[in-house]
Amino acid sequence: MTRASKTLQTYLLAAPQTLVMLLFLVFPIVMILIVSFWEFTGFSMEPGFTLDNYRAIFSSNVALRTFLNTFKYVALVWAATLLIGYLVAYFLAFYVDDKRLQIGLFLLCTIPFWTSNIIRMISWVPLLGREGLVNSLLLNLGLIQQPLEWLLFSDFAVVLGMVHLYNFFMIAPIFNSLMRIDRNLITAAEDMGASGWQTFKEVILPLSAPGIAIGSIFIVTIVMGEFVTVRLMGGGQAASVGKLIQTQIGSIQYPLAAANAVILLLVTLVLVLAILRVVNIRNEL
Amino acid sequence: MDSSFSTSTSTAPDAGVLAADASVSQELKQELSAHSAGVALRGVTKKYGNGFVAVENVDLDIPAGSYCCLLGPSGCGKTTTLRMVAGHESITKGDILIGDTRVNDLPPTKRNTAMMFQNYALFPHKTVWQNVEFGLRMKGVEKRERDRRVGEVIDVVGLTRFADRKPAMLSGGQQQRVALARALVTRPAVLMLDEPLSALDENLRVKTRSELRRLQKQFGMTFIQVTHGQDEAFALSDQIVVMDHGRVDQVGTSKEIFTTPASRFVARFVGDNNIFVGKVTAVEPSSTFGSVVTLEVDQVGRFMSRGLSASVGMTAACCVRSDRLSLLPYPPAEASAANQLVARITQIEFTGFITRVSLMVEATGDEITYKGRSYDWLSIDAQEGQLVTLTWAIEDCIFLPH
Repeated sequence: MTRASKTLQTYLLAAPQTLVMLLFLVFPIVMILIVSFWEFTGFSMEPGFTLDNYRAIFSSNVALRTFLNTFKYVALVWAATLLIGYLVAYFLAFYVDDKRLQIGLFLLCTIPFWTSNIIRMISWVPLLGREGLVNSLLLNLGLIQQPLEWLLFSDFAVVLGMVHLYNFFMIAPIFNSLMRIDRNLITAAEDMGASGWQTFKEVILPLSAPGIAIGSIFIVTIVMGEFVTVRLMGGGQAASVGKLIQTQIGSIQYPLAAANAVILLLVTLVLVLAILRVVNIRNEL
Repeated sequence: MDSSFSTSTSTAPDAGVLAADASVSQELKQELSAHSAGVALRGVTKKYGNGFVAVENVDLDIPAGSYCCLLGPSGCGKTTTLRMVAGHESITKGDILIGDTRVNDLPPTKRNTAMMFQNYALFPHKTVWQNVEFGLRMKGVEKRERDRRVGEVIDVVGLTRFADRKPAMLSGGQQQRVALARALVTRPAVLMLDEPLSALDENLRVKTRSELRRLQKQFGMTFIQVTHGQDEAFALSDQIVVMDHGRVDQVGTSKEIFTTPASRFVARFVGDNNIFVGKVTAVEPSSTFGSVVTLEVDQVGRFMSRGLSASVGMTAACCVRSDRLSLLPYPPAEASAANQLVARITQIEFTGFITRVSLMVEATGDEITYKGRSYDWLSIDAQEGQLVTLTWAIEDCIFLPH
């Protein structure tokens, strides 16, 4: 095969994916960017160039509070998934010796994905609702006099639902990076007198940092745009940028929704870049 | 990492010349030799939960300041033994003493040993300096003292220029020296080395080998090394411990192991030995070497060997090195030597300095190997397919009781 046709072959192989990306990712994003500068008259939108949409967002308390609330979700979900995810991954990597059991338990972590979103959310009701299992248990034990209202349709419920659903995205990359640590490094650290905690702090944690970073990127990007869990678990009480955009689309305020989407995208990108600056994930890919 | 090996032959400085003797801190030398301690194993046994016995009833004395190699094929228990001394493996039975201290229940760090791991186990996220500093930091040595000692030992292994590099940016030989520096910096009483040269290419291995030996002598330290290469063990050791199936087969100096293997296993493992199995028919005391043992080998002949602990009627073996055989025409012109054997040449391989000849005993099909200097071979002028007479002296024929 000649050099030229080899090059051609390479391009042809990459073409389908490139086309899909261009058509369904780049093009829509460009469209959103354009639409975010269009004018909105209250009933219809006009092509044009105005910064009114952005001005509206930055001068609106509701919009800013929604952004802050979204950050709050990101921070809480990130912290909770990191804590739980690291513990689970650490257990799988260092305490389960049997390879088959290890893979089995790892796949067990994917169970939340086996049911549809709606069914999963609905099944929280008998557990967390006013007369749900948790409340009846606490009432019967005499620990509370009134059913807890904040268990369902609250920020707590939103965070709980997201942690439950997305924890796997944190477990998988951390598990992967923990499994790649040469066990001799741990023996070597012990040989040089490091305690269990020191070995963790000096060797295991730094070497699993890329896994933490990749997991964090997953969590941050997913939670930043979340609206399904927010709507179902928040019961109208909770707000996120994703949900705001969805509401605006529902009321055909496309330019405003587009402007929100652009800001959301930029903020998310900044967060991802910040993570990448802190941790070098190159050798993990 | 592999690609970095190729640089070892092309760049001279990388080939790893340790700092000249003069620049080695006198103080470091004194401290290291003062800390050095002997190791003793008393009936040490390692049994795993599934009933597998990795090491069985090993007794061993390693004097302070000596270089000891645990030699054997993979799975013979040499690494397990090393790890038990280092404290990375628990002891099922027996005692391990370092100096005068029984260390059975002490954690690795309290044993005052250091270990160099097979693939060095350098921390990939730490620089050379941080790697070497690690042990001191964990032991709570204060910063000023740490800096002094790390700087000194990095200088000894000639890596001062690379102190800020990460291990991945170093060649195999340099990584090996970082591992060595990291092990030396804590002034261990015993340094344990788990196949320290196996990741290096041939050239560098030989060079590094002599460096290790020189360093050990210079610092008067106790080194215990695990290896499966007899060349390595011969070149390095004051004492070689040949292990097989979790037991010690023979302990001796390089010379002893080479010239008088104690068992069939050792004779085979050391290599280049022709081994004959037969029945002992006579044992006569000899003035020059213990006793002369006559061994009747079925269909092959009767061989006289030198050895101990033989009794008439026992099944045993004798061996002769392939380079101690003489090759004569068939039928032989002169009267028979102590040991002789007729065999047919099946193959002649010229390998440079040495010519290797494969022969077969026609009656049994047993293979015999002869090795001779190629220049000597020129005058012998034998062809493949030809019958020849092999002879050898009693003192070259070693009796192997088991």
